[in-house]
Amino acid sequence: MENRAKSSQLFMAFFRVGILGFGGGPSSIPLVQKEVVDKFGWMTLEDFGDTIALANTMPGPIATKLAGYIGYRVGGIRGCINAIIASVVPTVLLMMLLLGVLQAYKDIPWVQNMSNSVVPVVCVMLAVLTWNFIKQSTDSFGWVKGLLLIVVSILLLEVVGIHPAILIAVLIVAVFIPFKKKGDGEKGSE
Amino acid sequence: MIYWEIFLAFFISGILGYGGGPGIIPLVQEEVVERYGWMTTQEFGEVLAIANALPGPIATKLAGYIGYVEGGVLGSIIGLFAAVAPSLLLMLALMAILMKYKDSKQVKNISKVVKPVIAVLIGAMTLQFFFESRGLLGDLQTIFIMGIAFLMLEKWKIHPAVVIGLALVYGGITGYILK
Repeated sequence: MENRAKSSQLFMAFFRVGILGFGGGPSSIPLVQKEVVDKFGWMTLEDFGDTIALANTMPGPIATKLAGYIGYRVGGIRGCINAIIASVVPTVLLMMLLLGVLQAYKDIPWVQNMSNSVVPVVCVMLAVLTWNFIKQSTDSFGWVKGLLLIVVSILLLEVVGIHPAILIAVLIVAVFIPFKKKGDGEKGSE
Repeated sequence: MIYWEIFLAFFISGILGYGGGPGIIPLVQEEVVERYGWMTTQEFGEVLAIANALPGPIATKLAGYIGYVEGGVLGSIIGLFAAVAPSLLLMLALMAILMKYKDSKQVKNISKVVKPVIAVLIGAMTLQFFFESRGLLGDLQTIFIMGIAFLMLEKWKIHPAVVIGLALVYGGITGYILK
């Protein structure tokens, strides 16, 4: 019976994280910490910090990486699936509901105008997100190198027209090629 | 085959996106709008807006919803699986090894080196939405709504869900009056 109690704790923990976290996965990290470290004590703070650091070195959505990994540590494969479902499914259902309603009345002009008016807001949110990523780039590489990398990326992606997937894959591989001796200057950031 | 395409679309964007869900958005757009043509930029913008207004991880909201639109409930499950499973399996498999190398420069560099690319991709999307908005609403309204939205989000720190809600109300009212 202890198992069942743990399963429902796991579910509730990640259900709360999913339903209370706005702004995507990264902004829900503190909520995960509250549940996992403070409330249920499944991990120490240090353990949790290491997990975040490593989760960030890997691709993909952070929220589900955390839910899956922590769920797995707490309750094996079942815990992993449990935590993922809890963090993901409720909000996907909400999406379907809201967008379903919006789609159904799409042909009414003022409803159409409602969805039009959201476009500039999305534009602002994306602009802010762009700025965040620019800042992160220049924080870790310095202004000159960071901006240079951004300009090169613009040329490759928008002018030459390389598929982003290919560029990212090449960069990841390049990190592990040991030939660059000059690269030592990179860690001048901290 | 649609299920395979759904899988590929969210597999590729999930496994190459750095910076968590938000960093994945432009890659999803690349697949969904540019490659497979499942949605127009505007439709994608709508989905993105609602996704931003709702809580929870953004990547899975996109995968689950777009998978559902293209392939029903099974499509939704496949989209979610493709977005979640590969990076999670990678994490489960590599965690033990990476713990040992967590301070190594290479491991730290992976996510750094990709950030400028993501910045450019999201920047390009921003421009696209800007032009889209000018086409739909005209210059004046675009600038007006963007200005207000910026102040609300960044200066007054109003919750994104509220700002999107207000934009919907504004659009409904102006659309109703002007029509």
